[in-house]
Amino acid sequence: MLRLRLPPPWVALTILAAAVLLLPVIVVTASVFLSSGDIWQHLYDTVLAEYVINSLLLAGGGGCLALPLGVVPAWLVTMYRFPGSRQLEWALLLPLAMPAYIIAYTYTGMLDVAGPLQSWLRAAFDWQYGDYWFPDIRSLPGAVLMLSLVLYPYIYLLARAAFLEQSASMVEVARTLGARPAGVFFQVVLPLARPAIIVGLSLVLMETLADYGTVQYFGVATFTTGIFKTWFGLGSSIAAAQLSALLLLFVLFLVVLEQYSRRQSRYHDTGTRHDRLEQKHLRGRRGVPALALCTLPVLFGFVIPSGQLLSWAMQTWRASLDAGFFTLVVNSIELALVTALLAALLALAVSYARRRQPGILTNSFNRLLGMGYAVPGTVIAVGVLIPFTWLDRHLGDWLALLSDTDPGLLLSGTITILVFAYLVRFLALSLNTVDAGLAKIKPSMDEAGRSLGLGSFSLLRRVHIPILRGSLLSAVLLVFVDVLKELPATLILRPFNFNTLAVRTFELANEERLADAAFPALAIVLAGIIPVIILSRAISQSRSANA
Amino acid sequence: MINNMRYITLAVLLGLFPLASSAEEVNVYSGRKEALIKPLFDEYTKETGIRVNLVTGKADALIKRLELEGEKSPADLLLTVDAGRLYRAQELGLLQVTSSAVLDEVVPENYRDPQGYWYGLSIRARVIVHSRTRIEPAQLSDYEALAGPVWHNQLCVRSSSNIYNQSLVASMLAHHGREETESWIGGLVGNFARDPKGGDRDQIKAVAAGQCNLALVNTYYLAGMLSSGIDAEVDAANQVALFWPNQEGRGAHVNISGAGVTRSARHKTAAISLLEYLVSIPAQEWYGKTNREFPVREGVAGDDILQSWGAFKADDLNLAILGEQNQAAVRAMDRAGWK
Repeated sequence: MLRLRLPPPWVALTILAAAVLLLPVIVVTASVFLSSGDIWQHLYDTVLAEYVINSLLLAGGGGCLALPLGVVPAWLVTMYRFPGSRQLEWALLLPLAMPAYIIAYTYTGMLDVAGPLQSWLRAAFDWQYGDYWFPDIRSLPGAVLMLSLVLYPYIYLLARAAFLEQSASMVEVARTLGARPAGVFFQVVLPLARPAIIVGLSLVLMETLADYGTVQYFGVATFTTGIFKTWFGLGSSIAAAQLSALLLLFVLFLVVLEQYSRRQSRYHDTGTRHDRLEQKHLRGRRGVPALALCTLPVLFGFVIPSGQLLSWAMQTWRASLDAGFFTLVVNSIELALVTALLAALLALAVSYARRRQPGILTNSFNRLLGMGYAVPGTVIAVGVLIPFTWLDRHLGDWLALLSDTDPGLLLSGTITILVFAYLVRFLALSLNTVDAGLAKIKPSMDEAGRSLGLGSFSLLRRVHIPILRGSLLSAVLLVFVDVLKELPATLILRPFNFNTLAVRTFELANEERLADAAFPALAIVLAGIIPVIILSRAISQSRSANA
Repeated sequence: MINNMRYITLAVLLGLFPLASSAEEVNVYSGRKEALIKPLFDEYTKETGIRVNLVTGKADALIKRLELEGEKSPADLLLTVDAGRLYRAQELGLLQVTSSAVLDEVVPENYRDPQGYWYGLSIRARVIVHSRTRIEPAQLSDYEALAGPVWHNQLCVRSSSNIYNQSLVASMLAHHGREETESWIGGLVGNFARDPKGGDRDQIKAVAAGQCNLALVNTYYLAGMLSSGIDAEVDAANQVALFWPNQEGRGAHVNISGAGVTRSARHKTAAISLLEYLVSIPAQEWYGKTNREFPVREGVAGDDILQSWGAFKADDLNLAILGEQNQAAVRAMDRAGWK
């Protein structure tokens, strides 16, 4: 007899919440059924090939560069002690706080043909422009460099957590069997950490594909700049949404490919010994290469651009620090905090629903909910506006019938819609992080818990959450920092008279008043650093707690 | 700790639902940045007591928001920095006809919609700047001549996704038709000294640094650099000179910043009174002094920098045409390879 088994209420609730969050992505994708006239023919005849090629090169290049920038330092600070390694552990996360378009502005300011370095070269050697060769920072390779410098921390963060969580016994066995350090790394550690590293890489790829600020400033025509040119220039928001849908399909293809490639593997550690990984001490000169490798990403991804921002901000901080500035800081942090907490909660619920009720529905929700990350913020914002304004109109009509007053728009134009849009866009960050953490917990733990009479909820609370503490913190941090930096959705969806640090920075930078933009930009970086440091300390503590 | 978190969360959640206020107000969706318009709004509030609520953003995104919000949109006024966007909003049925004797009298006919859907508030001119040392003004004449082979590898301009370039090409289409315009763009692209990148100030700096000899820029960027107080910017700006193109013919290409009352406006009277304030003499002087754009109102003097460039003849093409031709302009630029 066939018995229909209903999921427990909290799973049903999670699925419902997930379905609502999927609406914007569905709305964007549904645009493929609308007609956009002959615009596709025009795009195909002229610019589409360039968009596709540049986007692939940008994502491919960004991924290839961010991978070693993230994995190598993660390995070094986990396995070795060398001068400065304790500080580098958290400092390596700092570029996360730097918005991509800001780092692009700072390097342009320094290295461009009109910048101080080239001007100095011309003056010192009495050269004219064209007498000497100098790499053009505002180019496709330049954009690859900028994006990987601020995005590698995703890979670093996840790789380091994965390295830390691997049991020391695995490494020891490999060592006893005579493997050299490189062999241990490539044959044991790296394959085991692969799921985490792939998650980090996929975040980097999605963010590169969705980047608009950097490529726009550098004059690199990518899929995203194409989306906006089609919308703003050709006046077709439908064709723009269709281009975004194409981007989504591509990302979905990557996700499926990755899932398929590891369909038969299990990545949780089945051992019982969780000894602390013994760090090797690299003393004196032996520590120099490690120190250099770990310093480079921080230097170029954080110290140098922050220095440039600081030198600009010194000229303008008096004018920037007006009464409204404090409000900007509060607005930014409040939005980031609320979204980050909600996102972590949702991610936990969705991931856990899949663990308890594996099935097509929960599995595909898990994948699809992350899609919003690959869509440019403005497009997601429109995808959010469409269902919200629809609901608002009907809600308003209904209320008008009841109370005889027209309440106007209840949800759109409030902070609620902003937080919702951030969740759609950034849930990928918390979902992937929590998912990766949950996947590493052996199913036997659940079984043990159940045999002791724990229900789903107490199992989560008493077994999983304590183990997941590091992953949950990472999830909160990643979303917090990304909301701080978020610009396009904030611009279009925010309420009247409401600004954030990112909005203020953009408005000034976009008017090419870089010196004036430096102060709010620096404030974003500062606000982002604090949770980065908190997180890093928590991860380090989890290392000692395991001992 | 946990309890504290609960209170904080509650407080934050309550903050998500702001209470509506009932004072007299006018709501503005503005494609113009806050710093370049809010001081005027503050002044208006001080004089009239009418509160101005502001959302700034990219004009097209705000137009989309307005469109989706429909009849219930809270916006009363849509403000943009080019006529093309106002035309687009009008085409989408998002604006309404306004009649105001003040606006009709002050704003010249070619700077407003013939039916009264929108009005220009300030004028923005796109001009040629050239190196003071390497180029003589006598070598220059009009936009058309920039496509000539003598300028091979000497021109800097930003990308075709930029609205100022789109408007310039739209005006070329209006004057010369598609074929001639496309061959002009082809010639122009052939003369680019580098792939288009950066903003207008970047082009000026590139001329100063010697990467190119000429650039197409909007005047207020040059003025903004000259008055920035930052040495590097002032130096670069001093190395270039402004040239008014097409003075023998139709005049220099201009666009406007402007505004129109939305169809859904609930504070129509206040919206019109704000528009009238924006074309008043003090407001128009502010546009010249702070934004360094040209006043739309005749007889209002600009600031010293603007006056140092002398009087100029502006193309009197009706700006609604820039909106009509915008899409065609982008297509022409795509076809001719203007990145």
